[in-house]
Amino acid sequence: MNASRNPQPPAANDPSAAYDGPPDYRVIGRHAVFPETSHDEIERINFLAQMNRHLASRVVPGVKAAYDSRVVPEFEARHGRPMADRHEARRALLEDPAFQTWSALRRMTMEQRQQAGRWSALRQRERLNAIAADLTDGDPRLSLDPSLPIPRYVSAVDHHCMPGSYHTEYFPGDAVNGANYDHAGFVTTGGLLGKYSDGGGHAVVKWVKRNLPDFRPQKILEIGGTVGHSSLPLAQAFPEADMTIVDLGAPVLRYGLARAKSLGVDNIRFVQASGEDLSMYPDASFDWIQTTMFLHELSTKALRAIFAETRRLLKPGGIVLHVEQPQYAPEMPLFEQAMRDWDAFYNNEPFWSRMHEMDLDAEMVAAGFERDKLIHGGVTGVVDRELFPDAEEDDTEDYGRKAAWHVIGAVA
Amino acid sequence: MSFADALAGAGAKPAGKRPYFLEPQVERVLAITMAMAQELAVARQRTDTLERLLLEKGVLTPGEIDAFVPDRAASAERQMWNQEFIARILRIVQQENEAAMGGGVDVASGEVGEELASDA
Repeated sequence: MNASRNPQPPAANDPSAAYDGPPDYRVIGRHAVFPETSHDEIERINFLAQMNRHLASRVVPGVKAAYDSRVVPEFEARHGRPMADRHEARRALLEDPAFQTWSALRRMTMEQRQQAGRWSALRQRERLNAIAADLTDGDPRLSLDPSLPIPRYVSAVDHHCMPGSYHTEYFPGDAVNGANYDHAGFVTTGGLLGKYSDGGGHAVVKWVKRNLPDFRPQKILEIGGTVGHSSLPLAQAFPEADMTIVDLGAPVLRYGLARAKSLGVDNIRFVQASGEDLSMYPDASFDWIQTTMFLHELSTKALRAIFAETRRLLKPGGIVLHVEQPQYAPEMPLFEQAMRDWDAFYNNEPFWSRMHEMDLDAEMVAAGFERDKLIHGGVTGVVDRELFPDAEEDDTEDYGRKAAWHVIGAVA
Repeated sequence: MSFADALAGAGAKPAGKRPYFLEPQVERVLAITMAMAQELAVARQRTDTLERLLLEKGVLTPGEIDAFVPDRAASAERQMWNQEFIARILRIVQQENEAAMGGGVDVASGEVGEELASDA
């Protein structure tokens, strides 16, 4: 129980005293392009968020027990040696009924989430697209490039089973895939990202203000910022700065500007571009470059190109920060590594596994950053604790999805 | 966009081959079951909403639903609804049992077709 959420001690036998889980979806923050949700659409999202909560808190412990009591002993009996790596652990788990059942249910919950969210967005898409058009048509802060090629690391499989991913437009002016991504992401995060799914951005701001108190950025860039969930807090924290979001996907950018304006954030622009080639910006254009839960959706080549672009684009003394789930360190148990790898194989996050085993320090140095100017830290989602669960105080581990991240970065 | 397009688009397959963790037949039935569980939860919450609104408006009094005792006719109707519901859901069990009780003499339609053809 998170005491901070309930300053008054509940009365004895009050069922709410025992409640520990996602908040009701109705606490979510809305804005002009946020889809309307009927009673039943809300309850569908509530159910699916509870499914994820149940799987993480009540089913995963059984998977761990099966791993310890069946999977490891059977592997060692068969091979006469311990498991060598997370891939052996995952393949052995695939033979076990506990992992099979958990996996099947976790995959289905994601598929149901996509269907639920897409239904709400699609059934009202003419209305949503008209609102987006009203807010963005002719606004120079939306810059789209229909000729931009979508790289294979985005086009080959739809990330987290999201049909059409971030980039597919069903007709000109379409923002539906932004609306689906925004409003039903609650199912996966269970409210850990807060009212506007922006707990990651607030966490980054808190980290920067604490660790770099004198930092006064004028030009901020977020690469892969989609609808701006994590970017708006940066623009709000530094109102004198100009914030630019680049992303490959037109629907998320169109939705993102409409959302930002509706939320009263105006020092922000949305640009369709690949982070691998930001040649439209001269060298030393930005004081701060940010990515948040983005690196795992790339490829090795793209990650290297983006690291090189961030080095080129930073002003002297500028900072780059990447927020990601933790890397696979040798001391991380193989079970945890295998569970964290689940999204790579079964939730359409193809780069997740390789990205999390990369030596990011070495990649940063190869991109031209100085080793002694690298930054390492850790952050957890910052939310309105009256209404939302606080990741720092939540000990449920939903491998790869918890709002607790590592920060790697550098000062240029 | 048409209703049919929205329905098809909402349930569209994401790009990428779907993994199966169980026997495909079992996983398919489980997926259908979980979707039904979701819709049951939605219906349950809707009823709860209705009850709370009726309470708030004074149409219902607290405890009235739990204290409700249907009269003889209503009780019969409700119990028959239960019986009908269960019989619908367990239709396949009934039919498999009838087949077993038939002593295994059932013949497949295709076989009868062959038989009728050769009878010409």
